[in-house]
Amino acid sequence: MIRTLPNSPLYAIGYRIYITFFYLFLLMPLVTICVLAFNDSNFISLPWKGFSLDWFFANSEDRLGLFADDELLLSIWTSFKTGFVVALLSLIIGTIAALLFEQEKFRFKGFLYFLALTPLVIPGVILGISILLTSTFAGTYIEENFAVDVEFLRPSFWLVVFGQFSFATTYVMLLVGARLKKFDHTLKEAALSLRATHLQVIRLIILPFLRPALIGAFIVAFLISFSNFNTTIFLVGSDPTLPVDLYSRIKFSSTPVLNAVSFMIVAFITLSAVISFGLNRKRDL
Amino acid sequence: MKKINSIFYLLLIPVLAWLLISIVVPHLDLLFKSFRFENDDGLMVFSFNNYLAFFEDDIYWLTFVKTALYSIAVTLLAFLVTFPVAFYLTKVVAKKYSRFMVLLLLIPIWIGELVTLYGWMILLSDNGVINQFLISSGIIDAPIEMLYTHFSMTIGLLYMSMLFMIIPMMSALDSLDDSLIEAASDLGASKWTIFRQIIIPYTVPGIVSGGIIVFMLVIGDYVAPNILGGKSSLWFTEQIYNQFLSTFNWNEGAAFGFLLLLLSSSIVWLALKLTGQKLDRVGS
Repeated sequence: MIRTLPNSPLYAIGYRIYITFFYLFLLMPLVTICVLAFNDSNFISLPWKGFSLDWFFANSEDRLGLFADDELLLSIWTSFKTGFVVALLSLIIGTIAALLFEQEKFRFKGFLYFLALTPLVIPGVILGISILLTSTFAGTYIEENFAVDVEFLRPSFWLVVFGQFSFATTYVMLLVGARLKKFDHTLKEAALSLRATHLQVIRLIILPFLRPALIGAFIVAFLISFSNFNTTIFLVGSDPTLPVDLYSRIKFSSTPVLNAVSFMIVAFITLSAVISFGLNRKRDL
Repeated sequence: MKKINSIFYLLLIPVLAWLLISIVVPHLDLLFKSFRFENDDGLMVFSFNNYLAFFEDDIYWLTFVKTALYSIAVTLLAFLVTFPVAFYLTKVVAKKYSRFMVLLLLIPIWIGELVTLYGWMILLSDNGVINQFLISSGIIDAPIEMLYTHFSMTIGLLYMSMLFMIIPMMSALDSLDDSLIEAASDLGASKWTIFRQIIIPYTVPGIVSGGIIVFMLVIGDYVAPNILGGKSSLWFTEQIYNQFLSTFNWNEGAAFGFLLLLLSSSIVWLALKLTGQKLDRVGS
């Protein structure tokens, strides 16, 4: 049953087969994308027609490769920008929230913490439509009463940033909060009794202590933003992010360039995962 | 004392601003807008019409009920599929392999739903890898229609949500002391008894938080039903999407959105109550 207990061979083999099938199920779509990105064909699927890099580099009438497709490159760039801004904003507010909930005691703390967790259980679609409704209403109101057109209240880059920020902050708060729980409060007390100000304690003691968690939370927030579709679709303006662009291509005009982009994403994520795995292992040894 | 107060407000104000502007106000507005209705004179008035429309049109409330039941079923399926994996990774496989195997679980999560489900689209289509494999190996003669069915939609929903269940279950199992299982086994308990009386009760917190995350992801998902499900596999988020981006009836859409929020939060609340858990645990 567990490592230390003996098993019947049938049970052990059966279990191993199940796990193999599970991993097959898990990796099959990723491997398929990676292989078919190099297929010399005009269709996204089989049959295999030979190896080709056309869907990365071609710029001919019937084949527009990834690096020649300006629209696609632009949406990738938009996603990077969005992800960076969202990660930065949510890192700041999320860390502040973690400090507030872990270090301070105040009335209605439980209720506020509950509110801060709600993005975990609000479907992304609902968050998207509520923010769309409210920002549109606010935009119209300001325009009618003050004759000012506030651009970021209409579906646009900044509205997407705002929508993603609203829930990415919760994840940052949880990640940073988990590390903050391990903080030794005597350090803070020692500093305070040596006449450090509270801000100095945060800047010189707590933030350096949180550094690994802050880096991790930034990456998580970036990836959450980079792959978000459900909220983004309602808030996106004339410059789609990569998932929104991919979605409309999958729906209306799928060419194997989709495989090429997907390959790049799979390769990038896998490589970063392997690198972080290697680094962690080195540190453990 | 004054110093403590100033730092407290410095922390409190940004957090309050975040919660009010991006969570509380938009959702109150959603509720408010769902009761606004344009009457025959073209004026916006308070009315229950948006909710009445939901109950009068069969397709709306049938889709609603179907989405709810289907999401619960997918959550159970995700538990059945992933529990053995979580157990294997924490208790069975040698430690030196388990870290790498856990890493593999994280990769599809970070790649994102859209790309992985696109991969499934290629796999399941008539010309897809699975059909071509089955045909060339002589098991079938003509492609089986798998894409744009309930089958493909279920695969998609399961694939994009199940990994979120493994991780909380693993952290619960990790803290289960092996000696409890050894003792039970020494005392002659069968595998089934150990499983039912020790492992499952111990893992309940992990199962509940994982289950809630999976349920929320599935009920609020748009991509899997839309790109893998066929015309028959209507999902309630698609109705909301249509009201907002196709027919532009935002007030009706707001009512739908609020109903979905009510449904999902009451099911989550019920799950927490039944198992005596708190929302705080779901996050961790």
